[in-house]
Amino acid sequence: MSDMQDYKSSLGDVSSRKFETFSYLPEMTPDRIRSQIEYIVSKGWNPGIEHTEPVNAVSNFWYMWKLPMFGETNIDSILAEVEACHKAHPENHVRLLGFDNFSQSAGASMVIYRGKSV
Amino acid sequence: MADKKYSAGVKEYRETYWMPDYTPLDTDLLACFKITPQDGVPREEVAAAVAAESSTGTWTTVWTDLLTDLDHYKGRAYSIEDVPGDDTCFYAFVAYPIDLFEEGSVVNVLTSLVGNVFGFKALRALRLEDIRFPVAYVMTCNGPPQGIQVERDILNKYGRPLLGCTIKPKLGLSAKNYGRACYEGLRGGLDFTKDDENVNSQPFMRWRHRFDFVMEAIHKAEAETGERKGHYLNVTAPTADEMMRRAEYAKEIGAPIIMHDYLTGGLSANTQLAQWCQDNGMLLHIHRAMHAVLDRNPHHGIHFRVLTKVLRLSGGDHLHSGTVVGKLEGDREATLGWIDLMRDSFIKEDRSRGIFFDQDWGAMPGVIPVASGGIHVWHMPALVNIFGDDSCLQFGGGTLGHPWGNAAGAAANRVAVEACVEARNKGRELEVEGKEILTDAATNSPELKMAMETWKEIKFEFDTVDKLDVAHK
Repeated sequence: MSDMQDYKSSLGDVSSRKFETFSYLPEMTPDRIRSQIEYIVSKGWNPGIEHTEPVNAVSNFWYMWKLPMFGETNIDSILAEVEACHKAHPENHVRLLGFDNFSQSAGASMVIYRGKSV
Repeated sequence: MADKKYSAGVKEYRETYWMPDYTPLDTDLLACFKITPQDGVPREEVAAAVAAESSTGTWTTVWTDLLTDLDHYKGRAYSIEDVPGDDTCFYAFVAYPIDLFEEGSVVNVLTSLVGNVFGFKALRALRLEDIRFPVAYVMTCNGPPQGIQVERDILNKYGRPLLGCTIKPKLGLSAKNYGRACYEGLRGGLDFTKDDENVNSQPFMRWRHRFDFVMEAIHKAEAETGERKGHYLNVTAPTADEMMRRAEYAKEIGAPIIMHDYLTGGLSANTQLAQWCQDNGMLLHIHRAMHAVLDRNPHHGIHFRVLTKVLRLSGGDHLHSGTVVGKLEGDREATLGWIDLMRDSFIKEDRSRGIFFDQDWGAMPGVIPVASGGIHVWHMPALVNIFGDDSCLQFGGGTLGHPWGNAAGAAANRVAVEACVEARNKGRELEVEGKEILTDAATNSPELKMAMETWKEIKFEFDTVDKLDVAHK
């Protein structure tokens, strides 16, 4: 049993809280965020940014940061908005979305800045 | 018109049912049969016999034929083709007028097309290869209760395949132990756990206890991880009334998804359940026990692409599709063909994928293909590449068999699927670089590292029995 590892997760340990896609990987870095923005643009999806207080993360409706960036394909502009949202709400989860208007769904959705979980 | 006289006796089928000059209507239901005739029977006659016996015909002329307009109602054999690589059989194409079939009833369609005709003595064997359902007929069917994007919205899962696990052992666990197995998988990062198909309501675990314990597992795992979870509660039952009773209870306790076996449970029950799910906001997972009895023999039975279309019309949000890479049968190109038939709104004829007809689904939502059976973490790169995001990848033994338990097994698969999706989004070739991608991801996940050491690139390399008919002899 000594080489068997316990699975550390509990109601009392806030680090157990996850945020769906990519939340089982290490927290995003600027390079990784950039490549995911490139993917969203390459798919022809509209990038969007949402954020929330961690205590309200379960809600379907996070706060929109401005409007989705319809037709925006400049990676640096999108990255600048992502950073501006994070700067304005440093305690919040910030997620990046790619809205696919044909499937009427998000083709991509990922938390790129993690707030402090509760 | 009083221009026909009654004369009793047996006529050759081809006089009435072989119509090589017929141009099928957009509203016709089209079928492709693979026919293996008895020796010495001409192809046209056999094809006409199949058209007759699957529509208006019987073996002899009857006087009541003349009370109706048989030329309107009859099935028409309109084309014959060689089967590539097999001289024992041929393809026959038959067109059926839409008014032969009750609206919204795949039961009625199958009763005609795969009814008595399959026992017909002039045939050695018969296989229904494909059906083109006209969009006019499609729109009379209820179809999947929710569809793919509604499921994503209900469960808050975007931009990646869904991750599931079938609870094992298949039979014999008590409800509480079973709920424990679910809880461990869900807290480790699964989206779903699943009842095995033969878990119904046996003496060792009655359905109601199972539902209660599993629901507690879902609630606790949701609170712990902050993510939405589900378990396919199998409501397959001896009677449709009992099935509905179990479905109602699942809804009452807040379960997001239930499950049905559409072939053993029956299409009538399935269609009823799917409509109820749509009315009640429930997702419906469909298992396909018995399909291999029908679809595995290359010369006789019903091809799985037909069973796929039938399920999409009858209704279901998930359907098992085969894995291509796991322990169960499934040719890669053919599988790609029928997963397109599950998900897309228009699928073009493509013989290289075994698709004989264009199929227009109109506004009908899609079904999520479920890859399940003998897959483990080393298969992940190939699975993500083959199935893409709109799929559900289910690792049973590949989760529960982890040396540290279900939670660790679940976490290993979750890390692996996310690593593969991220790598794919970056433009990396998953089936070429899979090993490197998983190895990198494992540096941050001891659970994944352990899983990779446990299963060490196991492969299932038996040849497929039912191959596409493409190779010439």
